[in-house]
Amino acid sequence: MTLSIAVTHRFAGFDLDVAFEAPPGATVLFGPSGSGKTTLVNAVAGLLRPDAGRIAAGDWLLLDTAAGRFVPPHRRRLGYVFQESRLFPHLTVRQNLGYGRWFAPRGARAESMSRVVEMLGLGPLLNRRPGALSGGEKQRVAIGRALLAAPKLILADEPLAALDEPRKAEILPYFERLRDEVSVPILYVSHSSAEVARLATTVVALRAGRVVAIGPPGRVLGDVAAVGARGAASVLTARVVAHHADGLTELATAAGALWLPRLPDAPGSAVRVRIAAQDVILSRARPEGLSALNILAGTITGIRHGEGPGAMVTLAVGADRLAARLTRRSAEALGLAPGQSCHAILKTVAIAPEDVGTGTPGAGRARTGPATG
Amino acid sequence: MGGLGPEEWQAVRLSLRVSGVATLASLPLGILAAHALARWSFRGKALLNGLVHLPLILPPVVTGYLLLLTFGRRGAVGEVLAQFGIVLAFRWTGAALAAAVMGFPLMVRAIRLALEAVDPKLEAAARTLGASPPWVFATVTLPLILPGVIAGSILAFAKAMGEFGATITFVANIPGETRTIPSAIHAFLQMPGGEAAAGRLVIVSVALAMGALWLSEVLARRLARRVAGQ
Repeated sequence: MTLSIAVTHRFAGFDLDVAFEAPPGATVLFGPSGSGKTTLVNAVAGLLRPDAGRIAAGDWLLLDTAAGRFVPPHRRRLGYVFQESRLFPHLTVRQNLGYGRWFAPRGARAESMSRVVEMLGLGPLLNRRPGALSGGEKQRVAIGRALLAAPKLILADEPLAALDEPRKAEILPYFERLRDEVSVPILYVSHSSAEVARLATTVVALRAGRVVAIGPPGRVLGDVAAVGARGAASVLTARVVAHHADGLTELATAAGALWLPRLPDAPGSAVRVRIAAQDVILSRARPEGLSALNILAGTITGIRHGEGPGAMVTLAVGADRLAARLTRRSAEALGLAPGQSCHAILKTVAIAPEDVGTGTPGAGRARTGPATG
Repeated sequence: MGGLGPEEWQAVRLSLRVSGVATLASLPLGILAAHALARWSFRGKALLNGLVHLPLILPPVVTGYLLLLTFGRRGAVGEVLAQFGIVLAFRWTGAALAAAVMGFPLMVRAIRLALEAVDPKLEAAARTLGASPPWVFATVTLPLILPGVIAGSILAFAKAMGEFGATITFVANIPGETRTIPSAIHAFLQMPGGEAAAGRLVIVSVALAMGALWLSEVLARRLARRVAGQ
């Protein structure tokens, strides 16, 4: 189901003017706070009525101000996971989970309660009330509640932002499972590059109420204009080969073996690995006598000089793109130029567990639409 | 002191009926008024607020007299109601109306405070899950304001049990029809040798008021505990 969004909305001192289309899968709205992400999700939810716009999920028209159409939020068939879980305090976990299902039309294709309870590990919590749950537990219940409403679209507004790192690590895999196992499109808001790399089929980078880039995570995260030189990163697709006794996991990428600190994924499973551009070292010749374990061969596809002393070099490694942030001086000293073959060196320990997610990024064919208004 | 005499029992029973009917009948209107004042913005909101609170500030005799002018047999509303066979003046139903009007501000204030404490984000979450506004109110808002509704109802009930000035002005002091506990105490005190009966009714009054307060505390605490997650 294609998500097609065109919205203009004016606030005091801020205006949102956004138009894009995203293919099926998980679409992540990515940007700093104040870029209009939450406003956009609330417009999709119907909690905010934009000045002008058109929002459609597949052939289902939610909003068309030109035609005077506004579907009220309770008829939009959504599952909205908020930043602050928003569980109903007077209901038990079981009643919270059943809330949306009660209003879903009869015969709507919904996940079964037992499957959701099992998938999110909610069994021991069912008879408790939200006041007695931890932050991570609350968020898991909120995800289950959204799923059980038989939604046509799942919305999530920074669902991990209020959690500490261990809880984030606990919840993020559930969203990956949602993307891979439940065929409901997801619109997810985040300002974390790691979450984007792990979850997104399509990334929509927002800045000050405008779309600055859209596409698969590998491309958008490597786009300095969209994420800034410091935030630039790449996403490599890989397959787990084996876990070794020394605590390392061996992965196979199209450009060679990749060694990472031990991953929980079983051999054979597909993973995506986020690599920060500033953690990559380049070498023209294949280096020897080096402590770094990961050396990937690639071809330079582009060199971009910034305003400062830095340069962003992009390489094609297999089907993926890898961005490396160097100084301009190094790029010139090595005589780097597009078309040259080159080796990218990655330190195993520079890649943190939260940078590795399951699944392969979809080959989304997103396009940046013209802005309306 | 002994038990209550038949006349005293009559007053107690009447008081309970008048106050109960007054509280239950005004509850839906009280929730509506509190909701309007807490959530809606509309022209004349200040006027509605003033009107609701007026009985709290006016001398009860004035309220009773205004009720008589409006709902009496020749009053604007009373005349219309009389055509449908509904007479309020000098009837127990009139006493219930007076009690309801006097208790209304207390009820509305308590419910309004509870409504203002409800997080609108929870209601928005319910809407996204498919609940239409009336369902949101019934399944989220109402359960969350229940402690306030109960506190407001008990306050209004207690006020109704003690109401005297407006009642006696509007519906007089007719044994078996409009002689509630306060009116009965007043009547007994006018009679030579009536002090004992008045004293017994005073004790009943105090016991009922204390009981109502205790009940409201217990209910409020139990609901608060439920929401807190045990």
